[in-house]
Amino acid sequence: MDAVLRDRRAVVAFVAPALLVYTLVLLAPILWSLVYTFYSGNVITGFQYVGLDNFERLIHDDAFWTAFTFTLKYGVLVTVFQVGLGLLLSLMYVFYLRRGSALVRTLVFFPVVLPTVAIAQMFAKIFAIAPQYGLVNAALDAVGLDGSIQDWLGRGNTALLVLVLMDVWRSMGFYAVLLYAGLVDVPEEILESARLDGASGVRLVRRIVLPLLGPVLFASLIFSINGTLKVFDTVVALTNGGPGQATTPLTLYMFNNAFAFGEYGYASAIATALSMLCLMVTLALFGFARRDVTA
Amino acid sequence: MKRHRPVALALAASLIAASAFAATALGGSAAKRPAAKIDYLSVTQNTVWAELLTSMTKTYAKLAPGSTFKSTKIPQEQLNQRIQLLSSQNALPMLYNTPAVDAVAQMQKAGQVADIGKTFTKLGVTRELVPAAAVILRKIYGNKLAALPFEFNIEGVWYNKKIFADNGIAVPTTFDQLVAAAAKLDAAGVQPFAASGIQGWPITRLVGNLIFGQLGGDAMTRIKTGKAKLTDPQYVAAAQKVADLGTKGYFGEGVASLDYGPAEDLFLQGKAAMFYMGSWILGELNDPAKNKIGLANVGFFPFPRVVGGSGPARLIPMNAGQPTSINPKKLTPANEQWLKYMARNYGDIAMRQKGQVTGFKVHNPPRNLSSATKLVVTQLAAAKDPVLWFEALFSAKATTVSQRNAAPLATGQMSAREFMSSVQDAISG
Repeated sequence: MDAVLRDRRAVVAFVAPALLVYTLVLLAPILWSLVYTFYSGNVITGFQYVGLDNFERLIHDDAFWTAFTFTLKYGVLVTVFQVGLGLLLSLMYVFYLRRGSALVRTLVFFPVVLPTVAIAQMFAKIFAIAPQYGLVNAALDAVGLDGSIQDWLGRGNTALLVLVLMDVWRSMGFYAVLLYAGLVDVPEEILESARLDGASGVRLVRRIVLPLLGPVLFASLIFSINGTLKVFDTVVALTNGGPGQATTPLTLYMFNNAFAFGEYGYASAIATALSMLCLMVTLALFGFARRDVTA
Repeated sequence: MKRHRPVALALAASLIAASAFAATALGGSAAKRPAAKIDYLSVTQNTVWAELLTSMTKTYAKLAPGSTFKSTKIPQEQLNQRIQLLSSQNALPMLYNTPAVDAVAQMQKAGQVADIGKTFTKLGVTRELVPAAAVILRKIYGNKLAALPFEFNIEGVWYNKKIFADNGIAVPTTFDQLVAAAAKLDAAGVQPFAASGIQGWPITRLVGNLIFGQLGGDAMTRIKTGKAKLTDPQYVAAAQKVADLGTKGYFGEGVASLDYGPAEDLFLQGKAAMFYMGSWILGELNDPAKNKIGLANVGFFPFPRVVGGSGPARLIPMNAGQPTSINPKKLTPANEQWLKYMARNYGDIAMRQKGQVTGFKVHNPPRNLSSATKLVVTQLAAAKDPVLWFEALFSAKATTVSQRNAAPLATGQMSAREFMSSVQDAISG
């Protein structure tokens, strides 16, 4: 094996096909998109070089900043809740339900495999106000909280809450399973010895379980924040970015600019900004994790 | 044998005459025509055009054997994107649903939109188009006939006659009377208007009509040419009137999250008194399974005039629905013959098979038209100075911004000035 791996030609033969596919499928479109940021126009009119105009426009575009703020808000809220609830669920599986957790795990995981559009339709009905009250408004009506009956998806702040709730409900099962896999890897002897030393409950989780779960938890956070910053299908299916622009994330704003308005250069600039945002958030998380470890 | 020759000749002559008659009856000459190959890219939201054109092409194939009609469907929201892509690849089909106005202008420059006015003149079928439909299409596409009117609609207010009678309300003829009627209905616990905030356009149509009523039929052309701005006080005032209807709750409590179907259901189930809509609603009005209030109970009135405004006395907004354009590069002589045949027959086929009013002339109107269809036909004939709609001359971007922001306007989340500024910004690019 050593001899094979020392042979430069063999290494090239092994790596080249994968590298070629990676370059063609991933790197080429990214570079292509970067080149587009310096152009304006579309496929019918042709493209004209405009230098940094698209980025300048980005800075002065109120709609971009509204979408940027929404993306950040949505990303942070969903990440905190889906990883947080996922963690609580995984702890429940391991320490409370133990061997009997299979059924609950399956049930909680179930929404992950459901199509987003179906879930969105369900949530739209649950929070409906017209033509009939949905489950939530009907419940509020039944308990006499008439003042709280409202058009949940018709106002920006409440629509955001419904979106967060829907995405958390949909994906917390996934993070629960991910963290559960990390938890079952925690050696029983360590937990046992901690218990013998008097650690239990919250103290056991905080001092022993969480540090040992660190790498999986960290990976979950990276997955979650990058997934939610790039949210698209959930929003399109539930609110399509409305009312107005209140729930439009950067991805949808980019999509509209490219494919509805034919402004590919500007849309590429938005895509670049989104990539930079994801990169910075990931780097910040890495930095935080490193500092935490050394502390 | 000689004795039989005159008989055989007479038989042959009569056969030829009979086949010539049959061919003429089908709308063409005796000679076989070259086979037409028609492909059509249309939106999934409408299945009627493809269905009618498929059945029409089957008949046409008797004149031009081997003629085919193939349709491909895509969701409405992907139309602009797909047309742009196909246009850049020079791969547009013979017929395609027309994209946004700005895209059409770009495609006209690139020679990918046929001038139907010229084509129809060449084919001698100009008179097959309903004049008002041609006027509307020319107004939208820079005075060129860039699209076929497979639909032709009027818009106005459909109302529940029983609710009006129960509340002692007469059909409003001025906008102030309309507002007073809405107030009376609201006080009586009846939702005055059904409207879809998710679609947005049923609300912005009202803004447009108020602008036309107040400032005249060319008010939106002045916006397009830059002679006026939507942020000018008179334009903002129109948006304010619609915002006022919303803040008073006349659109119902869930307007912002209501889609087209549920909004229509509110009216058809008798839960709302009025519904501003186009005549494409005829299909649902004529369907007893959907129309629970009964066809006899549905009335129509044109959008009321604005007192003191300079708009037309009888404000009838018209549109050609989702129009269809022609790719000139696929307009072969064989396909031109199909187009000629289609122009002569589409109006009749659509009216006979679907009770649908189109922008093509109807030569033999069926006798058993429903009352609602008759009403639309009468209104269309009476319309002398049709107006467009709010977004008719907007780019795809301005249209999206306008329709997206309609719900916030109607629910007080956006002021009239903010709404008009957002749309004006999108127009200015």
